[in-house]
Amino acid sequence: MAEILLKNAYVIDPISGINGEVMDIAISGSRIVEDASPHSEVIDCQGLLTLPGGIDSHTHTSGTKVNFGRYMSPEDMRAGRTSKKGHMHITSGYSVPTTYGNSYRYSALGYTSLVEGAMAPLEARHTHEEFKFTPLQDSFANALFDGNWGMLRAFEDGDIKRAAAIIAWTLTAVKGFAIKLTNPGGTEAWGFGKNISCINETIPTFDLTPAEIIKGAIKANELLHLPHSVHLHCNNLGTPGNFSCTIGTFGHVPDVNDKRQSLYATHVQFHSYGGSGWGDFCSKSEPVANMVNFRPQIVIDMGQVMFGRTTTMTADGPMEFNLYRLHHDKWSNHDVELETGSGIIPVNYRRKNLVNSIMWAIGLELALLVKSPWQCLLTTDNPNGAPFVKYPEIIALLMSKKYRDAEFETVHQDTEKRVPLPAIERELDWHDIAVMTRAGQARALGIIDLGKGHLSPGAEADIAIYPIKPDEIDPSAEYEKIIQGFAQTEYTIKRGRIVSRRGDAIIDGENTTFWVKPKVPAAYDMQHDTVFQELFERYYSVRMSNYPVQEEYLHRNHCIETETDL
Amino acid sequence: MEIRDVPCPFCGCLCDDISVRLEDNRITGVENCCTLGNAKFLSKSRLQHPIMRKDGKWIEVTYEEAIDETARILSDAMRPLLYGWSGTIGEAQVVGVHLAEEIGALIDSTTSVCHNPSILAIQEVGHPGCTLGQVKNRADLVVYWGCNPIEAHPRHMSRYTTYADGYFIDNTATDRKVIVVDIRRSDGAKIADEFIQVKPGGDYLILSALRAMVRGKDEVVPDSVAGVEKVQLQRVADLMMKAKFGAVFFGLGVTMSRGKYKNVRNAIELVSELNRKTKFTISAMRGHFNVYGFNEVLTWMAGYPFAVDFSRGIAFYNPGETSVIDLLERKEPDACLVVASDPGAHFPKSTIEHMASIPTVQIDPCVNATTALCQVQIPVAITGVESAGTAYRMDGVPIRMKKVIETEFPTDQEILERIVTRIREMRSDG
Repeated sequence: MAEILLKNAYVIDPISGINGEVMDIAISGSRIVEDASPHSEVIDCQGLLTLPGGIDSHTHTSGTKVNFGRYMSPEDMRAGRTSKKGHMHITSGYSVPTTYGNSYRYSALGYTSLVEGAMAPLEARHTHEEFKFTPLQDSFANALFDGNWGMLRAFEDGDIKRAAAIIAWTLTAVKGFAIKLTNPGGTEAWGFGKNISCINETIPTFDLTPAEIIKGAIKANELLHLPHSVHLHCNNLGTPGNFSCTIGTFGHVPDVNDKRQSLYATHVQFHSYGGSGWGDFCSKSEPVANMVNFRPQIVIDMGQVMFGRTTTMTADGPMEFNLYRLHHDKWSNHDVELETGSGIIPVNYRRKNLVNSIMWAIGLELALLVKSPWQCLLTTDNPNGAPFVKYPEIIALLMSKKYRDAEFETVHQDTEKRVPLPAIERELDWHDIAVMTRAGQARALGIIDLGKGHLSPGAEADIAIYPIKPDEIDPSAEYEKIIQGFAQTEYTIKRGRIVSRRGDAIIDGENTTFWVKPKVPAAYDMQHDTVFQELFERYYSVRMSNYPVQEEYLHRNHCIETETDL
Repeated sequence: MEIRDVPCPFCGCLCDDISVRLEDNRITGVENCCTLGNAKFLSKSRLQHPIMRKDGKWIEVTYEEAIDETARILSDAMRPLLYGWSGTIGEAQVVGVHLAEEIGALIDSTTSVCHNPSILAIQEVGHPGCTLGQVKNRADLVVYWGCNPIEAHPRHMSRYTTYADGYFIDNTATDRKVIVVDIRRSDGAKIADEFIQVKPGGDYLILSALRAMVRGKDEVVPDSVAGVEKVQLQRVADLMMKAKFGAVFFGLGVTMSRGKYKNVRNAIELVSELNRKTKFTISAMRGHFNVYGFNEVLTWMAGYPFAVDFSRGIAFYNPGETSVIDLLERKEPDACLVVASDPGAHFPKSTIEHMASIPTVQIDPCVNATTALCQVQIPVAITGVESAGTAYRMDGVPIRMKKVIETEFPTDQEILERIVTRIREMRSDG
């Protein structure tokens, strides 16, 4: 069993209440332990910033839509080629890297766990296949339920328990981790080329509104005692004036869980827009952030936009079509029967474009205006706002007003009339960043008890050591050093093994897939429910027996069994 | 004994409702299957031992000898080509991609000679598609263009389109319209509500005319286009625009006729245009049961769906240069490994001649046209009958193929892994 002693580490471990203490960390096997064995390999960290391994609570790295982003974009593949080196395989891709590319580059940034933000249940096998080739990070998959016919019918009938039972069966079958709703109702409407304008509009094919779906899913989620809350991509993404829809959605969220939030709203930057059209488009980060500040039951992530080329991909099919009509570049769409949709288009966010400049500002504003870093996590909705390799720059922007001002000089000149960013003085500190990139994610995902996101004895030895000496840097002024420091760890340790050293992956690695299995009483076991079976018999294009993801796809995995109130 | 819900390892429809009856580890009956799949489940002829040519004659050899010889051939090669892959599972394809990376080979699949142009078009303009169940439940208009599902994908219409029960379709006979576009009156054309008989090579023109009509520019369309009357095209454009959900399926009649990827691009752009009026999708009728799976595997591992050249130490993709036919036409490969396909039956003569002139190894259960070109053939278990693994349906839905009978034959994956191991041993021996 490998044993490592990290000496003189400058540790920030928010969950354990450690903030900038120089200390030793002992590792035995895959776990952090109290005391080092005398046989330990000693690594002198020399006061370098040492954090729990990074956790991305919303990213798109694996599965049907991600792979189609690669498939349709040879220009993006050419933009990020690396050759074979030691244990590292060849990689391709800039905004949508190949699986190995994702894994190596995330590892170089100190990330050890990734949540795939949107897995279509019917195509779950594909996501799990790609997880296998993302070897240096643990994997979690949010399963899409926004247009799930079984669940929607149960909501229509007002039967929350039945909806919960269908969610439980599906999550277990597809080895998913959490309930994802993407534009609830909108993806179903897109099946006939329509969309839903906001949360109180009835879906054309079901007697339900998005608000009812969201409220029902939150209830079902708690009946199943799932570790994570409902993970929501709000309706109306990307349209001017959508902030009112976002705030309306947040207003419906009850506070029903004392360990974590009751709703995780993702990439809220894309949902904080004012104006009645593109002409008067503006930031509404302030009312959205205020709403979050008053509602501890909500956690959001930024969905920060950074300038440059990237690829947008989401289950929100109608939104991608609208984006296509703006950009006129190539457009892919992939509706998934009885479940959800998806779309992909490439974009180039430009500093000289007013709308893009405002979007860039809004993400930062949300992070700066939401008071608690536990309630606003750092993401780009990779790769939608920007590829994840931009995270170090985002950290620097949040820590340095000077850097923000310098960048603001380069964006569209009318931006300042439309956004509050220049007036915001706040600069986040190291602890805030540690919360927003790992501890907050662990709490929001409900995986602290699994040893994630902290460094106390018993925790998984997932650790990132950055070439940054916090006592010797003034982040406010020396933002270049922040960018460099967070761009490449000295060491990334995963499950007690050094997996990345100064940017190079040094072992093959093997990840763990975390999935949930709610314990459902026989009366609610959908496997034997004839009405549920009929969905497969009559409307799915695969047999019910061939639908569940088989054990063969799981290799190393951790099943989280939950007690339920059914 | 009967095993139900077996996915069929024949075509890209991947029908997963097949029942297989077994007696003494032999398949005695197959239900729900089309004639093509049936023949595969019930086929009896196969190669029993690995074979190698010696002094111009085939001799039987052990697996170890055949693997040793294959590893030697690939190790010695300066420009190895790894081709085929569409008739095996993703797990074996993964080993193939890693092998290509390790020895700096060029890897390509049967995609190169079928829907290669579709992928090129998608890389230019994208792909508005959906899963087949979406069509089954919603489509009130189905268009088959340059393909003949009755012959090539016999259950496509009954499982997914024309005759399939759908949630939003009350009566499949009356509520669904079918348009067929083809150069000849195929069996599919006989059941069409509109049959557009296009002159060979005229698809691009027809697509352009329809695009103009959908955009409201009827006046630019002449009275007759590629042998089709304007009035008929107007009827068809109206049908398309009035449909609630239209689904276009296209085959090699579009991809491999004059215009090639430009035809597909035009078809995709017609569909994108129609989405401004109603809901439309377009999908390729993929051939081999796992041809799409190879595209998926190579894409997540190397970034491109086919024709990847690892000889530069990175993944290099340039169809026309790195696609198999072009490579063979230039007589570049000095060794070739063929897995789960039969180029000998389908490739141009000049390319086959080159394959025959270099050491070529085939991994395949059966003697086929490619056998005649080979120096070595290694028989394996029949994927989806004797071995399990992942295949991707033509619409991207992954399905686990089943093992229904036991066999002594090793799988593709095992043979490939042994070849990789042997190559590493040879290299470390210096």
